[in-house]
Amino acid sequence: MQTETIREVKTAIEETIEISGSVAVLKALIAEDVSTIFGYPGGAIMPIYDALYDYNDRLEHILVRHEQGGIHAGQGYARTSGKTGVVFATSGPGATNLVTGLADAMIDSTPLVCITGQVFAHLLGTDAFQETDIINITTPVTKWNYQITDANEIPAIMAKAFYIAGSGRPGPVLIDIAKNAQVQKINYAGYTKCTHIRSYRPKPIVREEYVKAAAEMINKAERPFVIFGQGVILGGAEAEFKNFIEKGGLPAAWTILGLSALETSHPLNVGMLGMHGNYGPNMLTNECDVLIAVGMRFDDRVTGRLDRYAKQAKVIHLDIDPSEIDKNVKADVPVWGDCKETIPMITALLDAKQRDSWTNRFKECMDQEIEAVIHEEMHPSTEQMTMGEVIDQLNKLTKGDAVIVTDVGQHQMVACRYAKFVKSKSNITSGGLGTMGFALPAAIGAKYGALDRTVVAVIGDGGIQMTIQELGTIMQNNVNVKILILNNRFLGMVRQWQQLFNEKRYSFVNIESPDYVTVAKGYRIEGNSISNREDLSKALATMLDHNGPYLLEVFVGKENNVFPMVPQGCGVSEIRLK
Amino acid sequence: MKQEFTITIYTENQVGLLNRIAIIFSRRKINIESLNTSPSEVEGIHRFTIVINQSEDVVRKIVRQIEKQVDVLKAYFNTNDEIIWQELALYKVPTDTITEKVKVERLLRTYGARAVVIRKDYTIFETTGQREETDALLNVLAPFGLIEFVRSARVAIIKESSGFYEKLKEFEEAEPVPKQIIL
Repeated sequence: MQTETIREVKTAIEETIEISGSVAVLKALIAEDVSTIFGYPGGAIMPIYDALYDYNDRLEHILVRHEQGGIHAGQGYARTSGKTGVVFATSGPGATNLVTGLADAMIDSTPLVCITGQVFAHLLGTDAFQETDIINITTPVTKWNYQITDANEIPAIMAKAFYIAGSGRPGPVLIDIAKNAQVQKINYAGYTKCTHIRSYRPKPIVREEYVKAAAEMINKAERPFVIFGQGVILGGAEAEFKNFIEKGGLPAAWTILGLSALETSHPLNVGMLGMHGNYGPNMLTNECDVLIAVGMRFDDRVTGRLDRYAKQAKVIHLDIDPSEIDKNVKADVPVWGDCKETIPMITALLDAKQRDSWTNRFKECMDQEIEAVIHEEMHPSTEQMTMGEVIDQLNKLTKGDAVIVTDVGQHQMVACRYAKFVKSKSNITSGGLGTMGFALPAAIGAKYGALDRTVVAVIGDGGIQMTIQELGTIMQNNVNVKILILNNRFLGMVRQWQQLFNEKRYSFVNIESPDYVTVAKGYRIEGNSISNREDLSKALATMLDHNGPYLLEVFVGKENNVFPMVPQGCGVSEIRLK
Repeated sequence: MKQEFTITIYTENQVGLLNRIAIIFSRRKINIESLNTSPSEVEGIHRFTIVINQSEDVVRKIVRQIEKQVDVLKAYFNTNDEIIWQELALYKVPTDTITEKVKVERLLRTYGARAVVIRKDYTIFETTGQREETDALLNVLAPFGLIEFVRSARVAIIKESSGFYEKLKEFEEAEPVPKQIIL
């Protein structure tokens, strides 16, 4: 059967110019409003770097120290700017070094376009020097990927790449370009942005009957509880979300990727969900009568044991990705769609309500948590500092205005629990993948994505050593990031588990650190190291006031634990305060 | 409860898409019982037919993951009641035993088989049908020095389907006219 409907857009071509595939790549980036690229050159991507030499005035290229650093920087950039991060790497090892970052961006829905060089097309499959099958390697960790062997495809594929990466539920895209295509001359007729792919539906159609059902269910509810994730930030729906919870009088708790979508001081912001989240949100998940999940995916670190998760509640699930509905938690009302559209539709149908007695339950739980955990964390009776009091001091100095980039582990949980935020897109962390080594390079990207903001990377003594080479990137480009190392001389989170569940058999968690201040000095970065409480406030202020990058190491208690905690395999209401 | 489901996927004809679909199953350690790719009724649109043995809940989730892939237009899943399906099988047997011990004529008639090639040394039969039917002939021929046997993947038509042509039009309707940027 012949189809008449498969249309090709053929704009009248007035004139074409002859350019190389490499130049076509750069023209695509400029047309997509890209200003910053994180990358590392190598043999198979040399033609693109050669072309970049002439585009230095329009495209800023940040030379990283390792491709993993490059891609995490791209992620940090995307998360603070809301734009698509762009990363360059060469073939073979350059490309494989991107894999962790791709997996991280995939699970945390971060828009990226990664360009990798590839060997000449005629060498594909011959085990050529630095040849690797990066398309097949990255298939499970990319939203889409494509190999270009003919430069004529470059403008259309680049357009597709940016459209796919940034639309719908965002994600990483990898475009692998064979070297012959980079040098090949093509007749270039301009760049056409992609706005539609017939096989791709970035936004599901909003079904009004579900919107109505959701609103009715919330109106009838006595104990409705909102849990929100990064979907609110990715959808740019922070204002819509706030209207929604304010009109309905709905207490709202966040996943760590949703953190900062709603200012932490908001009276309806009841705190953090999940394994190390706040007591109230976890306990009351199992007491609410309607659970409204907005742009979150019921990760196991949030839900704990699923058969003990909110069994008493009706579940309303708002998500742009239809495959998330019913994936982990069955939704009674699935509201498919972009939450920027669906939230106001529900809000319009909501009865304006205050639910003081229900909201007070969260306050009561918080009082219990303050007494059992938070007070000691903020005002420790021990000589050694706690991570919590460091974050608390930081809050006082930044007034919640800084971008906080965290790595993975105890410090991450503590930072997410206690950091204050007044602006969205301010908490940058590796949530789904839990990538140690994320924070330092991500902070570099976060700074480029938000040049007018203070960026503080909070990192443990384990994670910093995984990507410490990126101090070189900070040095060379004088990237104004503040590096706050919370050093407990342990791989703290694993140690905490070993203490609680493995009878203190501390197996390979005893990690030694170099003298970070000396290392920083070697990179011509100023720094300081403190272990006394009386120095904390001043040292943090010096770090923040310093004109340029700065490293501050703070020694904290060796065997401090993060509480509350929902132990693995337990339900959320089995949360332990100690 | 596990049962046989047939998944029908309409896709763009794209290199690498087979892998992208296959890993959705292998990641969850689900065995693909049968897989067929072919053109569809619409030019340029490919059709995958995949058979797995799983519970409906698992299949529904998998189909959503498949549909999420950028180059996949649409995916359906059906129980065996909801489809018409066939498999094709080829059997290579020594011609002398076939002529002496089993009557070719009877085989052809009873099993709806067709002789594709008859040579002095061997004969190749073909049958089309469901698993039990192709297995039945296999069982009959096995004692007589079956040289080779091969069975194709399942191909299936969904009974209630009105084809993909209308659906595709729907997908294409939203297509706006893009703006060209000259740099």
